[in-house]
Amino acid sequence: MKIIVLMKQTFDTEAKITLDGQGKINRQGVNLIINPYDEFAVEEALRIKEKHGGEVVLVSVGADSVQEALRQALAMGADRAVLINPEMEEVDEFTTATILARAVSGLGYDLILGGWRAIDDGSAQVAGRVAEILDLPVVNQVTKIEIEAGKAVATRDIEGGNEVVEVSLPAVLTAQKGLNEPRYPTMKGIMQAKKKPMEKKNLADLGLSADQAAPKVKVLEYFLPKPRAAGKILEGEVPEAVAALVKALREEAKVI
Amino acid sequence: MQYTLTEEQELLRETVRRLAKERVEPGARERDEKGKFDWEMVTLFRENDLFGLDFPAEYGGSDAGMLSLIIAVEELSKVDASAGLLIDLQELGTLPIMLAGNEEQKKKYLPKLASGEHLAAFALTETSGGSDVAGFRCQAKKDGDSYILNGSKIFISNGGVADVLTVYALTNPEKGGHKGAAVFIVEKGMPGFSVGKKEDKMGIRWSDTAELIFEDCRVPAENLLGAEGMGFHIMMKTLDFARPGIAGQALGIAAGAYEYALAYAKERVAFGQPVFNFQGVSFKLADMCIRIEAARHLLYKTCAVYQELPKDMSRLSPEQIRLSAMAKCFCSDVAMWVTTEAVQVLGGYGYTREFPVERMMRDAKITQIYEGTNEIQRLVIANTLK
Repeated sequence: MKIIVLMKQTFDTEAKITLDGQGKINRQGVNLIINPYDEFAVEEALRIKEKHGGEVVLVSVGADSVQEALRQALAMGADRAVLINPEMEEVDEFTTATILARAVSGLGYDLILGGWRAIDDGSAQVAGRVAEILDLPVVNQVTKIEIEAGKAVATRDIEGGNEVVEVSLPAVLTAQKGLNEPRYPTMKGIMQAKKKPMEKKNLADLGLSADQAAPKVKVLEYFLPKPRAAGKILEGEVPEAVAALVKALREEAKVI
Repeated sequence: MQYTLTEEQELLRETVRRLAKERVEPGARERDEKGKFDWEMVTLFRENDLFGLDFPAEYGGSDAGMLSLIIAVEELSKVDASAGLLIDLQELGTLPIMLAGNEEQKKKYLPKLASGEHLAAFALTETSGGSDVAGFRCQAKKDGDSYILNGSKIFISNGGVADVLTVYALTNPEKGGHKGAAVFIVEKGMPGFSVGKKEDKMGIRWSDTAELIFEDCRVPAENLLGAEGMGFHIMMKTLDFARPGIAGQALGIAAGAYEYALAYAKERVAFGQPVFNFQGVSFKLADMCIRIEAARHLLYKTCAVYQELPKDMSRLSPEQIRLSAMAKCFCSDVAMWVTTEAVQVLGGYGYTREFPVERMMRDAKITQIYEGTNEIQRLVIANTLK
């Protein structure tokens, strides 16, 4: 069974987001990690491989720094990795999905896994778009996967409960929290990871032109939420305090 | 010689840091309060293959070198000093076998120690003290194809939980503790071997510290490491190789306390601003940062030197011996100083059990005492300067 995992490198969940002089997100000195939802996908791929045999191939779009995240997933036990550097200033979901779909179609697959969303931009589009381009069924936000002959039975979160669906393979399944608890790489795994193949490609290697993958969405502006002001405690007797509160709500907060 | 960390070591550090934060830190306070050995931690470290980092690959280890082990000890000790100690004790207890064991002994014992299926302990200290070898009484008398051990050991880390113990005993008391000693591999459950009093300690409270009692304990002669009379040499070299482990634990405690105090100082507001803005506080943090960085460099250099050395009974140079003693002495002194200052940065809160720095301060103290007090370390260092 050949399992592809779509993987993204993101900021650490605890990273403090700041903007640089140009109003872009400042990447200096930020700790980078595997997108946690993608990490569930990696773990699930490894478990499926351990049970049914096969190969786990990681595919990612991004700069050279993504190699660190890929190396970590290789250390967890994945077999090989492909990194496509689009060499573009900005990419959107269309760009990423177009590149991933092209790369994946060249690799061959029985199952494609990914996180249901990335924790940075949170758009939750890429896996679905890849499925669309490859004309594959997609099941989102799965919390359990069972592989049977030529099909997958997946449990997914829905409003107020769960849904169990059956889907023929190949298919794209996206991981939700609760699917599994990812393993930590061991030192042996880390040392083996260095010997595992990591292919680096660009758009031309995939036969894509910059135009074909050019983003369709442009970010106009990034801004940080306003820091919350300290609360105010009104003192004194209740009738006076209530009067002061109503006054503050009307004149300062302007909500009544 | 290695100076910067390899890509693998960086990833190991990231991994152990994360494991420590997610799986070790949450229960640290409770384990400290209970003061009871925690098998769940053993299971966690087995599952993540942390016991055999510096064990040879041919016996199931990761063969990742001493620096990798120390990085893991450091990261675990940042959140729980007893946890860092646990993987370090595996190295300490096994070192006599790695250094002086024959092929059969290594084949028999190392794989299960590398995986953590078995735990190890090194038994040296007696009531007369840990460094006054001349006062040692524990004896091993040859009887046919075995030795009969009699005597007791105290303050043995992992003593009550270890499956494999390397025990220092006198085979020829007339020759004294230096020339008449040997090291034996004793297994848990050997008739005549029992565990006595468990210590209730100031710090590293859930690490097991016990008295070992040998009453006509029959140990097969094939469990003798090296030869009779080699005990002192094996013991000294074991300690030379093991001291960086305690230094790593101490460095981790210091770094953990520093990181906590730094984050606290940036959050805690007094007189209308974070206390970090006051030089009385920020200078303390600057001094902590200096000492920790200096300690780390000394220790990593020591590890880089030691991991190139063969693990056998060849002699170490005075410079090599000195490095290991300096790393242990300096890192542990830094740990004591930094943790004390960290409590001061947190003020009244730092003195309460609600915050981890008081535990770190209690944990730091032992690193100045065990595996040779820092006074003994200075003696060792001074001896190399003669």
